[in-house]
Amino acid sequence: MNIDLSRRAFLQTAGAGLAGTTLGALGFGDSEAAHAAAIRAFKLANATETRNTCPYCSVACGIILYSKGDLRKGEPAEITHIEGDTDHPTNRGTLCPKGSALLGFVKSPTRLQHPMIRKPGSDKFEPISWEDALGRIARLMKDDRDKNFVATNNDGVTVNRWITTGFLAASASTNETAFATYKVVRSAGMLVFDNQARV
Amino acid sequence: MTNSWTDIKNTDLVVIMGGNAAEAHPCGFKWVTEAKANRGAKLIVIDPRFTRSASVSDLYAPIRQGTDIAFLLGLINHCIQNDKVQWDYLKAFTNATYVVKEGFTYQDGLFSGYNEAKRDYDKSSWDYDIGTDGFAVVDATLANPRCVWNLLKKHVAVYTPEMVERICGTPKDRFLKVAAMVAETSSPTKAMTSMYALGWTQHSKGSQNIRAMAMLQLVLGNIGIRGGGMNALRGHSNIQGLTDLGLMSNLLPGYLTLPTEKEVDLAAYMSTRGFKPLRPNQMSYWQNYRKFFVSFQKSMWGNAATPENDFAYNYLPKLDLPGYDLLRAFELMHQGKMNGYFCQGFNPLQAAPNKKKVIESLSKLKYLVIMDPLDTETGRFWENHGPYNDVDPSQIQTEVYQLPSTCFAEDDGSLVNSGRWLQWHWAGGTPPGEAKRDTWIMAQLYLRLKELYTKEGGAFADPIVKLNWPYADPGDPKAEELAQEINGRALARVTDTADPTKVLAEAGKLLPGFAALRDDGSTSCGCWIYSGCFNENGNNMARRDTTDPDETGAYSKWAFSWPANRRILYNRASADLTGKAWDPSRKVIEWDGTKWSGYDVPDILPTAKPDQVGPFIMNPEGVSRLFTRGMMRDGPFPAHYEPFESPIANPIAPKVRGNPAARVFEGDMAQFAESASREFPYAATSYRLTEHFHFWTKHVIVNAVMQPEFFVEISEQLAAEKGITKGGWVRVWSKRGSVVAKAMVTKRIRPLTCDGKTVHIVGIPLHWGFTGAAKKGFGPNMLTPFVGDANIETPEYKAFLVNIEPIAGPVA
Repeated sequence: MNIDLSRRAFLQTAGAGLAGTTLGALGFGDSEAAHAAAIRAFKLANATETRNTCPYCSVACGIILYSKGDLRKGEPAEITHIEGDTDHPTNRGTLCPKGSALLGFVKSPTRLQHPMIRKPGSDKFEPISWEDALGRIARLMKDDRDKNFVATNNDGVTVNRWITTGFLAASASTNETAFATYKVVRSAGMLVFDNQARV
Repeated sequence: MTNSWTDIKNTDLVVIMGGNAAEAHPCGFKWVTEAKANRGAKLIVIDPRFTRSASVSDLYAPIRQGTDIAFLLGLINHCIQNDKVQWDYLKAFTNATYVVKEGFTYQDGLFSGYNEAKRDYDKSSWDYDIGTDGFAVVDATLANPRCVWNLLKKHVAVYTPEMVERICGTPKDRFLKVAAMVAETSSPTKAMTSMYALGWTQHSKGSQNIRAMAMLQLVLGNIGIRGGGMNALRGHSNIQGLTDLGLMSNLLPGYLTLPTEKEVDLAAYMSTRGFKPLRPNQMSYWQNYRKFFVSFQKSMWGNAATPENDFAYNYLPKLDLPGYDLLRAFELMHQGKMNGYFCQGFNPLQAAPNKKKVIESLSKLKYLVIMDPLDTETGRFWENHGPYNDVDPSQIQTEVYQLPSTCFAEDDGSLVNSGRWLQWHWAGGTPPGEAKRDTWIMAQLYLRLKELYTKEGGAFADPIVKLNWPYADPGDPKAEELAQEINGRALARVTDTADPTKVLAEAGKLLPGFAALRDDGSTSCGCWIYSGCFNENGNNMARRDTTDPDETGAYSKWAFSWPANRRILYNRASADLTGKAWDPSRKVIEWDGTKWSGYDVPDILPTAKPDQVGPFIMNPEGVSRLFTRGMMRDGPFPAHYEPFESPIANPIAPKVRGNPAARVFEGDMAQFAESASREFPYAATSYRLTEHFHFWTKHVIVNAVMQPEFFVEISEQLAAEKGITKGGWVRVWSKRGSVVAKAMVTKRIRPLTCDGKTVHIVGIPLHWGFTGAAKKGFGPNMLTPFVGDANIETPEYKAFLVNIEPIAGPVA
């Protein structure tokens, strides 16, 4: 039985459709083939696999996301399972108690779904559209910047800084998000700028 | 990390101090297990708690939190006293031989130049003697009493095993066992690795904790080699990347620094960043600073950055202070000097010290914008949650926007692991509801701001309206586009400076790496140290080739490691002055008579002669620094300082309270308990658990079930003394706040004897809050002091004082 089957091919061939012929070729008799044919295919066989890394600590274990639907084909995709990437040199497929439960993070009931606003003095969040939220935030930023921008210091030196609004950047966002953030924050002249590495 | 996770398998001795890898970095810790199982490596754990890392160690030594420097300088002293020094390495690769100026002194806990009113030093005496040739004076014989080695010897002499026991509470015999094992790695064929984390950084002298170990590693010759190094286990998946990219008040990407207001133009800015070599033949790689800076300015402002306007130098804000870090931000808010604040995936109400002050500060803002995948406490700081967040919403006028963002599984891009690997990942799922990528949110905000400034004008609009924003869809930049921008591009043809007929990159092409950067505006590059990550060969961060010749652990074709795909920093130091590996079984690179080559990208000019050019190419000395000149705020050598809240006075300098150069805001000092306080007699520390990740996994039902509720951990002795029962309720309070918790009474924490006094330790894990699936709970930050490290302002979460008492039941 010296057949070089890839893991994925094995999952697929072990499925019901090809069970008769394949299992026959592997030396199973008719009854086993009939039994195999009655077994539902592994769900993962039809899942889209996507390579990712764990977002928690800095070991950055390789993980595989399994989803129903394929984003690369323009389909909506629902992640149904996450496991360690056995090819990853650091974790070699293992995950810790946090990484093993990553699916629960993706699907947490307290994931934010819609933009919200809490008005001054209010005791609740209220829905707001993206358009309204972004427009109002940009207006708040501009008004504050225009009012408090420091173009020159007391010695007349050009300093072009804005220190009445600040920005705390993340700890798990991508480098690409970080760079886009950097460009927007710095071009506005912000100095009150920090990220989670500080703490 | 100077090395990588997979390289740990090459070590002979692992020292985990200031961290707890088995619980906080479990899948990285398995490389420790690998080294133990396959090489017979030993593991030493030094920690106030008998952690799970300690449970599989060969030797555990208890230590009082906040005394690591005394322990580490004690180890250096031991190595010196017992001639356990890798002498050839020390003399050639460190500044041990450099002669220090007359006038530098250290006495009674203070270095020369201290100004008590400013809590700062005049550092002019902390420097080398410079000869008439312009180079630093050295004495290769180490005879000069003012050479760094002799000053260091004198400086560490006080840290005897007896003094270590007195300060740290580590029994002398245990300390000596540690010292003997560590000292053995001074052999050129033995390697020790240091694995540390927030247990070292979160102190008012955090930077010097790390320096002390780095110095020890240099004395032992353990930097640059396989299985050696200084390995910072970063806490989150991409704080390495966010720091590399300069998302801090005073940084530009790639560890360039923002101008101060004293630097009025580019020439003034460059005058202190020229980095002329301090010894003959040295690379002093920062001599290329201008190329990195100009290329960054071109990536920011494109055609608007010209030689005529100093490449848009004035588009950058200028600093009037060392930096506007997190603590200063909340201090300014508290003073009513700030109006707006953005939190992008950061939950400061939980993460910042002295929660009461943080709530008061946020309450004074006009607007707060939260971008997060999760419902954070910060987003709801205005909401009443009983004792967990005791506020009156009607009295808080802050307008709060809560914007839903995607998580890792819905986003493409790269993260940098602790070992500096930039690993690309791909989105696998559709975001929930209306959640959006952060890149989309930032672009949308930017375009609106730009539109407002274009239409209305306003304060200095140029840097905003002229920002280079070259994306196919300006409202939704793609991760690949941003990654290419970070890598850098030729704006005109770039040729080899030595051979102009050789083209390095045609105009418009991606740059092969940072060696192609130019300072004339012909190249753009967002972050020079990442250059090469996405070049004309493709997205190197997406590489997934597991080839590892001779199984060195380098995995050079897996992802991309900055800088230049180098896996071990300072790897030139793995070879001796003839270019041969100190240990043939640990070869990284070697000199073949004309060039360097081997398993890794050489961390040296490939043609640099081994007996001439030093391995520490970023330093103008070409060697590493046991004495850091004026580069650290609190001294050129580490010295033991007690935490600001300490159960004993500083045994070696009783008059010095805390770190004398640490910044303390007015009002905060009054909120520190006095040394050896009777009111707050117990030494508290914060930590995390293996089942939780900060304040995220309490939103995950599985993890919330595994560790459902807040507790504090105390010794059986303290429990007996206070009448606290296992699982009973206690109140723990500091001068800043109070928490209620269940008591976990364990053998993992034991009282220590420090300076003749019994010191009890109270452990406070940090994972609970008032949102998510776990039970509501307090964290340590109700209690922690508002003071940071003298150099980089990381708050002192790891050592503070509390009191504790049993109570009848929860008050909530």
